[in-house]
Amino acid sequence: MKTNRRTFLGGVSTAAVLSASGVAFAQKKYDDGATDKEIKIGNTNPYSGPASSYGVIGKCIAAYWKCVNDRGGVNGRMVKFITLDDGYSPPKTVELVRQLVEQEKVLCVFQTLGTPTNTAIHKYMNQKKVPQLYVATGASKWGKPKEFPWTMGFQPDYHTEAVIYAKHILANVKDAKIGVLMQNDDYGKDYWEGFKDGLGKDANKVVKHVTYETTDPTVDSQIIQLKDSGANVFFNITIPKFAAQAIRKAADLGWKPAHYLNNVSSSVASTLKPAGLDNSQGIITALYLMDPTDKQWDSNADMKTWSAWMDKWMPGANKSDGSYVYAYAVSYLMEQTLKKCGDNLTRENLMRQAASSQKLRVPLLLPGITVNTSPTDFYPVQSVQLAKFKGETWELFGDVMSAEST
Amino acid sequence: MPAFPKKLLWVLLALAFLVPLLHPLFPDVVSGYRLFLVSTMIIAAIAVLGLNLLTGFNGQISLGHGAFYAVGAYTAAVLMDHLNMPYWATLPCAAVVCFIVGYLFGLPALRLEGHYLALATFALALAVPQILKYRWLEGLTGGVQGIVLNKPEVPFGLPLSEDQWLYYYCLIVMVVLYWAAANMLDSRSGRAMMAIRDQYMAADTMGIDTALYKTVTFGISAAYTGIAGALSASAIAFVAPDSFTIFLSIKFLIGLVVGGVGSLAGSVVGGIFYVLVDNSAQALSLFVKNDLGLQFDLSAYTVFGILLIVLMYLMPMGIVGGVYLLMRRLRALRG
Repeated sequence: MKTNRRTFLGGVSTAAVLSASGVAFAQKKYDDGATDKEIKIGNTNPYSGPASSYGVIGKCIAAYWKCVNDRGGVNGRMVKFITLDDGYSPPKTVELVRQLVEQEKVLCVFQTLGTPTNTAIHKYMNQKKVPQLYVATGASKWGKPKEFPWTMGFQPDYHTEAVIYAKHILANVKDAKIGVLMQNDDYGKDYWEGFKDGLGKDANKVVKHVTYETTDPTVDSQIIQLKDSGANVFFNITIPKFAAQAIRKAADLGWKPAHYLNNVSSSVASTLKPAGLDNSQGIITALYLMDPTDKQWDSNADMKTWSAWMDKWMPGANKSDGSYVYAYAVSYLMEQTLKKCGDNLTRENLMRQAASSQKLRVPLLLPGITVNTSPTDFYPVQSVQLAKFKGETWELFGDVMSAEST
Repeated sequence: MPAFPKKLLWVLLALAFLVPLLHPLFPDVVSGYRLFLVSTMIIAAIAVLGLNLLTGFNGQISLGHGAFYAVGAYTAAVLMDHLNMPYWATLPCAAVVCFIVGYLFGLPALRLEGHYLALATFALALAVPQILKYRWLEGLTGGVQGIVLNKPEVPFGLPLSEDQWLYYYCLIVMVVLYWAAANMLDSRSGRAMMAIRDQYMAADTMGIDTALYKTVTFGISAAYTGIAGALSASAIAFVAPDSFTIFLSIKFLIGLVVGGVGSLAGSVVGGIFYVLVDNSAQALSLFVKNDLGLQFDLSAYTVFGILLIVLMYLMPMGIVGGVYLLMRRLRALRG
C-alpha cells in the first residue's frame, strides 16, 4: 500500500517535472540554421577582385566569432560563421547567397559587403524571409522596413551625413561658394543627393561640381578646376587614395577653402598622413567610430580592449586600419542581437530583436553615440559628431548630431 | 575534330530534361539551388559557344566577349524595365542588338589580325562598364545602381517551381542555339568560315568573300553571347556595371580553351567546367586549410590557377579534345 502510494506520488511528481520541462522545450524555437548547439551565419566578402582591400573586414569578423566560440558561444551555442568570396561581383553574390540559404541553411546573412552586391540579393532575401542584417554599405536604401522588412543597415548612411555637412556650411560660412568633388558611382551620388537636400533652396551655392572615376590616376585637374571656380568651400566626396591627392593638390595650389571631407576617408593613417599633416589642418569631417591611430583614445577602455583583442586574435594585422574597428563594433552588435534572442532563434524573432535596440552602447562608437532601432527605424547608427583636424588628430566639437532624414 | 556521337547526344538531352522532375524523389539532391547552378552553367555554355564560333571556327580572337554579354543583358533589362516587355521576347531583341554591335565592331576589326585584334577587343571589354555608367545613358541603364528585375514566371500554369522553369527555359534556348550552330557549321557558309581560319589566302583566292564572312561571323558570335547575357539578366534578376568586369571576358576564354577550341560540345563542357571549378575552388582551398590542416592560405584563385595549369598539361586540346584522344588510343589498343 505504502509503496503504491509512493509510486503514485512519484509518478505525479515526475509528470509535473516532465510537463514543466515540456514548457521549457516549447520555449525553444528554431528556424533553419539554429539548434541547441549551433547558430549558422552566412556572409559574402570581396576577398579577391577590385574591392579586395575590404576583405580584412570579413577576416576580422571571422576572428571575432572564433573568439566568441572560445568564450563558450552565444547562450551556449557555437556560432558557425561561413564567409565566401564574391569578388564584388553581383551575379556571384546571388549564387553564393543562394548556396548559403538553400544548401548551408544559415539562420541569416550578416555584413554582406557592397552596395551592388547587396542590391542583387535584396529582393531574394525578403522573398525568402531570411534576415539580411547589418549590411556593410552606407547607401540609404537599407532602412526601409515597410518594403524590405528583412534587411537592415548599420552605419550612418551617406545621405544623412551629407545633410549634416550642408547644414553646417549654411550656418557657419558666409557667402558660401561651394565646390564639390565626387566619385562617380552610387556612393558618391548618395552623398551628393543628401548634400543637395541639405542645402535646400541654397543649392545654387554650389558653383562647381566635378567627378572622377576610381580608375583615374589622379584628381589634379579636378582640383585645379575647383580652385579656378572661386569656391571657398570644398566638399570632398572621395575614397582615401583620392582624398589624399586632393588635399595635397589643394595645398600645392595654395587653395584654402573650408574643407569638408566625407567620413569614408577620415582615417588619419590612410588619408591624412599620406596627404601631409600640415596640409590637413582645419579639415572638417563627421565621425561615429574611434580612429585607432588617434592618440586621444589611447587611454580609452574600449580601445585598450580592442587593441589587446587584435593582438591575440588578429596577430600581424595593421592596427591603424579603421576597418578592424568597424568589424569589431558591428560584430559586437550582432552578438548582442543573438544574445537577446535567447532560445527563440527564429528568423522572425531575430529581426524583432534587431529592430528593438534601445540606446545600446557598442564599444568603439564615439562617446554619446548609441544604437537605436525600432520596427519603423532600421538605421542602427544614426548619429555623428563633427570633428576638425588639429595637430595630429581629430578634435571633436559641437554636439552629437542625429539624422533628420530617414 | 569529329562531331559529337549522335546517340550519346540524345541520351544526354533526355537526361537533362528528366532530371529536374526527380525533385519530389530526391529533394536534397535535385534542389532549387542546384538547378539554378546548372542554369548558370548553361548560360556560360551559350556564351562560350558564341566565342567558339568566332575564335574556334573562324580564327579571330576576342578578349572582349564580356562586352557583348553586357550589351545583351542590358538590352533585356532595359526592355523589361522600361517597356515591360515579357522576358522571353527580350532574347531575339538582345540577339539583334548584339548582332548589329558585333557586325559594326567586326568592320574595323577586319584590319586587325591576331594580337592586335585581341587588344582591340580587350579595350572594348574595358570600355563597356564605363559606358554603362555614362551620365547621358543613366536614365536608361540606371548608372552604377543598375536595374533590379523580376524573375521569369512559370507560364501556362505549369506545375514547376521558378528554378525548374528557369532551368528548362535556359536548356531549350541552348538546344535551339546549339542545333542552329551545328547546322550552320555543316553548311557552305560554315565551311567558308573554317576555310578562312585554316588558310586565309587560299580561301580568298577560291572566291570566298572573306570580309563579309568575317564581319558576319563576328555579328553572329556577338548575338550568341548577347543571348546568354539576356538569359543571365533574367536568371540573376539584376544587372549592374560591376557584373561585367574584364574578368568575365577572360572567363569565357578560359571556358573556350578548357572545353576545346573548335568544338561545339567543347563549348558546353567549357561553360560547365568554369562554373563548377569556380565554385569548388573556394571549397577546395577551405578544405586544404581546415580539414587537411595545412597552413597554406591559398586563395580560391590560386587553386583555380593550379587546376588550370594541370589541366592544360594533361589535355592541351581541351577536355573534349583530350577525351577524343583517349578514346582513339583505347580503340587502337583494342584493334
